[in-house]
Amino acid sequence: MDYSQFGAMLPELIILGLFLIVFLFDTFCGEGQKKMLTPFTTILFGLATVAIWLIPSSGEAIFGGMYVDDTACKAMKAILNIGVFIVFLQSAKWTESDEVAIRKGEFYELILVTLFGMYLMISARHFLLFIIGLESASLPLAALVAFNKKHYESHEAAVKYILTAVFSSAILMAGLSYIYALSGGSLYFGDIAEAIASGSRSGLLIVGLAFLIAGIGFKLSLVPFHLWTADVYQGAPTAITSYLSVVSKGAAAYAFFIIFVQVFGAVYSDLWEWMMYAVIILTITVGNLFAMRQKNMKRFMAFSSISQAGYIMLGVMAGNFGLASMMFYIFVYIVSNLGAFAVISAIENKTGKLSMDDYDGLHKTNPWLSFAMTLAMFSLAGIPPFAGFFSKILIFTSVTSTGSMALYMLVLIALINTIISLYYYLLVVKAIWIKPGDAKVEAFRSSTGERIAIWLCVAGIVFFGLVPYIYDYCYDAVKTAYGLLI
Amino acid sequence: MMIGLACCSNSNMKSIRGVMVAGSTVLLAMSIWLVVDFLGLRAAGDASEMLYTGSWMWYAPLNIHLAVGVDGISVLMLLLSSIIVFAGTFASWKIDPLPKNFFLWFCLLSTGVFGFFISIDMFTMFMFYEVALIPMYLLIGVWGTGRKEYSAMKLTLMLMGGSAFLMLGLLGIYWHGTPEGGVHTWNILEISHNASIDPSWQYLLFCFTFVGFGVLGAMFPFHTWSPDGHACAPTAVSMLHAGVLMKLGGYGCFRIAIFLLPAAAQELAWIFIILTGISVVYGAFSACVQTDLKYINAYSSVSHCGMVLFAILMLNETAMTGGILQMLSHGLMTALFFALIGMIYGRTHTRDIREMGGMMQIMPYLGVCYMIAGFASLGLPGLSGFVAEMTIFFGAFEHSELFYRIFVIAGTSSIVITAVYILRVVGKVILGPVQNDHHRELTDASWWERLATVSLIVCLAGIGFFPNWLNETIRTSFMPIIDALNSVF
Repeated sequence: MDYSQFGAMLPELIILGLFLIVFLFDTFCGEGQKKMLTPFTTILFGLATVAIWLIPSSGEAIFGGMYVDDTACKAMKAILNIGVFIVFLQSAKWTESDEVAIRKGEFYELILVTLFGMYLMISARHFLLFIIGLESASLPLAALVAFNKKHYESHEAAVKYILTAVFSSAILMAGLSYIYALSGGSLYFGDIAEAIASGSRSGLLIVGLAFLIAGIGFKLSLVPFHLWTADVYQGAPTAITSYLSVVSKGAAAYAFFIIFVQVFGAVYSDLWEWMMYAVIILTITVGNLFAMRQKNMKRFMAFSSISQAGYIMLGVMAGNFGLASMMFYIFVYIVSNLGAFAVISAIENKTGKLSMDDYDGLHKTNPWLSFAMTLAMFSLAGIPPFAGFFSKILIFTSVTSTGSMALYMLVLIALINTIISLYYYLLVVKAIWIKPGDAKVEAFRSSTGERIAIWLCVAGIVFFGLVPYIYDYCYDAVKTAYGLLI
Repeated sequence: MMIGLACCSNSNMKSIRGVMVAGSTVLLAMSIWLVVDFLGLRAAGDASEMLYTGSWMWYAPLNIHLAVGVDGISVLMLLLSSIIVFAGTFASWKIDPLPKNFFLWFCLLSTGVFGFFISIDMFTMFMFYEVALIPMYLLIGVWGTGRKEYSAMKLTLMLMGGSAFLMLGLLGIYWHGTPEGGVHTWNILEISHNASIDPSWQYLLFCFTFVGFGVLGAMFPFHTWSPDGHACAPTAVSMLHAGVLMKLGGYGCFRIAIFLLPAAAQELAWIFIILTGISVVYGAFSACVQTDLKYINAYSSVSHCGMVLFAILMLNETAMTGGILQMLSHGLMTALFFALIGMIYGRTHTRDIREMGGMMQIMPYLGVCYMIAGFASLGLPGLSGFVAEMTIFFGAFEHSELFYRIFVIAGTSSIVITAVYILRVVGKVILGPVQNDHHRELTDASWWERLATVSLIVCLAGIGFFPNWLNETIRTSFMPIIDALNSVF
């Protein structure tokens, strides 16, 4: 075997190296040095993010084509890294709390392992490698969800998460076995795509596709595979919830796109366009309708993130052009959602308050947090001039590019749903700015990490809509990697 | 050209009031300069469709530009907006909680308005359109009165609902507006030159865009946000919203729906003529039975803005010119109304006409102003309303079919109904006997209130006495649209 091939996996190697460094540091450092672990990891991870952003992708397919690191994959990894970096920043305070401080090494290690798994999911071009990535991205997450040892909800959430995760993997693998049969005994993406294009279809393929949608749809919490979402988001520690809601979703969305468009693209209009059509409408609508009645901020964000996943999935309907818009959408979703979560976790860490009613009159005591929360809500709702507006419009534009009437109707439904979502996002804004009465959260100064996280998110929300740098980056990456069809 | 930015950049400083006055004065001066310069260029024989055009690439893959340019109609709209921002600043001299935030959102709102009028790229136009909508939520919700939370939510959701349809229409125009093989463009002028949208698509897209803008233009049955929203909004916001923001609807209707989709406009105008005809008459009748001053004026806005859309849908030069005049006239007049109502409410703490009376004896200055605004509204010659409505009905009568005749006559009758509710208020509140003895102690207008009202009244009378130059400016700007409409047959 040619070990120099590993050189092409540079992003994975960086994350793996980082994991080892953190692990060794955590294991062998003395009590006094343990304090340094949080800034140490965060800074190293920041450097790794910059490195992954800057290094050129090798573009080689290695291990006989099982793994590829093309420009689009690398861009996606870089975007995810930004999300993880912000999560590290906003959770810095939480990792110092009494309950967590002793185990904070585990927190960083597990996150890095799952991130490694997600990298594999993104770059896999063989279903075996994809499953490995998927599993190493899901299983450690269950441990993370259970991180609040002393909280009953945290355990319940972890059990729910692991059971659904395992169950959906099983379904996914059942679907894969059918596809394996159809493709004449290969799990390479390329081989399967050829087999399908050359016309080997049967009822099995439909079942296989449906199982694949279900299996990956679980990670994305698409309706009807979303039932775990609200409870897990509520029970998990806020840092983990924010990680689950953006990074894990972003990776799964990208993998979903690669599998469905590049492998099963040939049967798009025959078989899975209508499945996804229904799933997207359900996801957006159900997520929105349930979000309206939530009072707990974490449950609220859970349903909001379900509906956002529906918007992300719109990119799947639009080919490679959709991929560029989808990646940009994921980036914007990362900064907006993490902005909201940074505020939620800052308030939770300080006061333990999580209900929307506790946000009444927040602007009187914490004007900056209120400001950040308002921007995040506006961005999630797609209000200009914030980034969320641009990401929504771009994804709608790419979906309508095919000119089919059915997709116009899909965009219409999505647009009407943005109005519903605007309603509940405005409920938060209303609580903060309009509700009368004294503030229920006293004035406080958030920790350095939280403040940096919030500032990064606000900068992303305000800046990267008006300046198309990230979109151009994604667009060029996709164009270089796969060519572009409008 | 980036007048909007001039307004936005000056919002964060310490002496907010001074900054706002300076900012809005500069804005007004720039707008006046723009109009003068524009007329100068036109007189010098520059006959291109848009002047001062500029275009900067924004999202290159989708060919989105930040493209600006103005024609005669947009410069007048800019002038109108800056006058109202100027007056609005003085009218909200004593805004109570969080004045800095108030003016920050107020500036964002006006940035959206200015940006909308100077854009000739559909994407940026739509972006500015939404930028102008969202600050309304906080402006009404935080600084409003009455059932403000309900009204703010209703207004925001309805307008955003309209913009959802609008967005779909714009996307359709974008993807279909270029002949086979061309580079897709968002630029309004290029799309109109291409004129390649398939008629069957035009019908659908016309409905989407017209309804989208029509919601903001308070077209029946999508007008219900307007009375609640206006009644609950703080004074300056009502002024800007009724005075300028509702004009965005009318402006968008002819700039996008009719200009880019002329075939559908010819075919489908009748549907919307019925709807706008209803809003003209219905708005006027509703105003007759209201007892809250702001509601009366809000319904009268529905009626007058319906008239704007009604005129634009007549699709001929005279009526459309009248429509633009009506936009200007209604913008100034309704801003004056809302400013005065705000001032009266600030003193009496009631807007119920049953509890008020004899304002003429107590505060003669405000009383006189109110009567002037009322006369402009019911179309007294010498003020702007007369000019606008005359032009509209002249233009509308050029159509000889029975259908048009019926609706024109119905529309004309609304003038009579307008007279009923205006005179009812004037007779009761301004001239009638004093209802509440406490009101006798109230004071008349202060200097900043006088400044706000005088600036509006001067403009109202200006249009009334010298409509000719406006007429010419608007008429020439309509030529491309009329050409597009004629080219269909």
